[in-house]
Amino acid sequence: MRYSGLRVIREALTGHRGWTPVWRDPAPQASYDYVIVGGGGHGLATAYYLAKEFRQARIAVLEKGYLGGGNVGRNTTIIRSNYLLDGNEPFYEFSMKLWEGMEQDFNYNAMVSQRGIINLFHTDAARDAATRRGNAMILHGADADILDREQVRAMYPFLNFDNARFPIKGALMQRRGGTARHDAVAWGYARGADLRGVDLIQNCEVTGMRIEAGRILGVETTRGFIGAKKVGVAVAGSSSRVMAHAGMRLPIESHVLQAFVSEGLKPLIDGVMTFGAGHFYVSQSDKGGLVFGGDIDGYNSYAQRGNLPVIEDVAEGGMALMPMIGRARLLRTWGGVMDMSMDGSPIIDKTHVEGLYFNGGWCYGGFKATPASGWCFAHLLATDRPHETGTAFRFDRFMRGLAIDEKGQGPTPNLH
Amino acid sequence: MIINHPLLGPRDAQEFVYLGDARLIGRPDGMDEGAAQAFHDHVFLRDNPAGEHRELWFHEQGDRSWLVVTRNTVTHEITKVELARDVARALGRSK
Repeated sequence: MRYSGLRVIREALTGHRGWTPVWRDPAPQASYDYVIVGGGGHGLATAYYLAKEFRQARIAVLEKGYLGGGNVGRNTTIIRSNYLLDGNEPFYEFSMKLWEGMEQDFNYNAMVSQRGIINLFHTDAARDAATRRGNAMILHGADADILDREQVRAMYPFLNFDNARFPIKGALMQRRGGTARHDAVAWGYARGADLRGVDLIQNCEVTGMRIEAGRILGVETTRGFIGAKKVGVAVAGSSSRVMAHAGMRLPIESHVLQAFVSEGLKPLIDGVMTFGAGHFYVSQSDKGGLVFGGDIDGYNSYAQRGNLPVIEDVAEGGMALMPMIGRARLLRTWGGVMDMSMDGSPIIDKTHVEGLYFNGGWCYGGFKATPASGWCFAHLLATDRPHETGTAFRFDRFMRGLAIDEKGQGPTPNLH
Repeated sequence: MIINHPLLGPRDAQEFVYLGDARLIGRPDGMDEGAAQAFHDHVFLRDNPAGEHRELWFHEQGDRSWLVVTRNTVTHEITKVELARDVARALGRSK
């Protein structure tokens, strides 16, 4: 069924009796050409592009819970391509371009809203760094502007411009950045993949991998053995647990990142704002809630919930930037488990096992990468070569001294 | 989280800085055969278990001792706290 405005009107006039389930609920077959482990944003996007762009068939996505129930449903919905380094920026700009055409491509309303993102700076040195970053973005085909203090004030007059520690001097702006409806991204890819014959198999946890003579034959699951010529793992947050089935240790630690939503307020913030110096960023959802967050908790965790000190830290950051936030009540907080990699950048690569491929290490930046991650992983699975924008995301970059470390923190995952 | 410091008693985890897996105590020998690979694995690769995890915490806002904390990464429950000094010496370090 194709969605359109006409269709909505027709259904409205006929009592909404024509809507059907958006995807099938198939039982697993004995074997597939491609098995994608992980039915989140990245796994579903991989299956979608594998079927649509790379014309592959006999594809299954295995999900231990329900589709989109992991990090794609637990993030703060920001899309942007404001990276600095050569290994990253072309990839994230490719992702940005895919965001711009995504809804027409998969015929689903993902509420992609290019409302603009600003990164505030507070010193001359930080302005230089922001300018350098903006120039790097422009060189890779993205858009960037430097806003001065008065331009920021015109947008957000309520900010605390004269904070004693971090007075606002201006901001780096990416107008094409913004937000998207995170669940709808997973649903759109799931529907698009299902329509092209991909089996989306839920409540199917991978419990082992059958590997013989260095080659993968398939995966053991809670719903029996499923054979596969190629297996792609896209389970960020649980990467170490799943890849341990293949005897691998990864350059990844799992950490918990919290996020917050306030009660619904009248329109206040029409873009996305980051206050890096204060460990705080914020946007406003279409329902009116302020969606905000800060740093990861900083210790290994698979708990999907954080602790109070970070809540206090984020609240302090919010109060420092926009004191009026103190009058808003917090509605919900939650935590998601991040694959924190050793250099803060992801991995999309083959493994030492023939036919086993890995996609993970997304740190807290996986949502914006969803379309390009799926495309690049599908490219790797279908052609055995990395996509041109994903050539740097290799396992061996640590051994070869080619880490992609945007913040220059070294191999300390909790500081990225 | 409350870390029961062996010398100071129960302290808020906020007083500590987190480093990571306690296996970092076992630094490879740079003169060994295959030291480059050993250091790569030591510096970059982690077990990252879901469950019991032995990890290094530094009491920065306190007595500046390093601790080895055994903590469950699924429940955040802390079951054992040792001085990293004792753990390292038991491994034969710093005699």
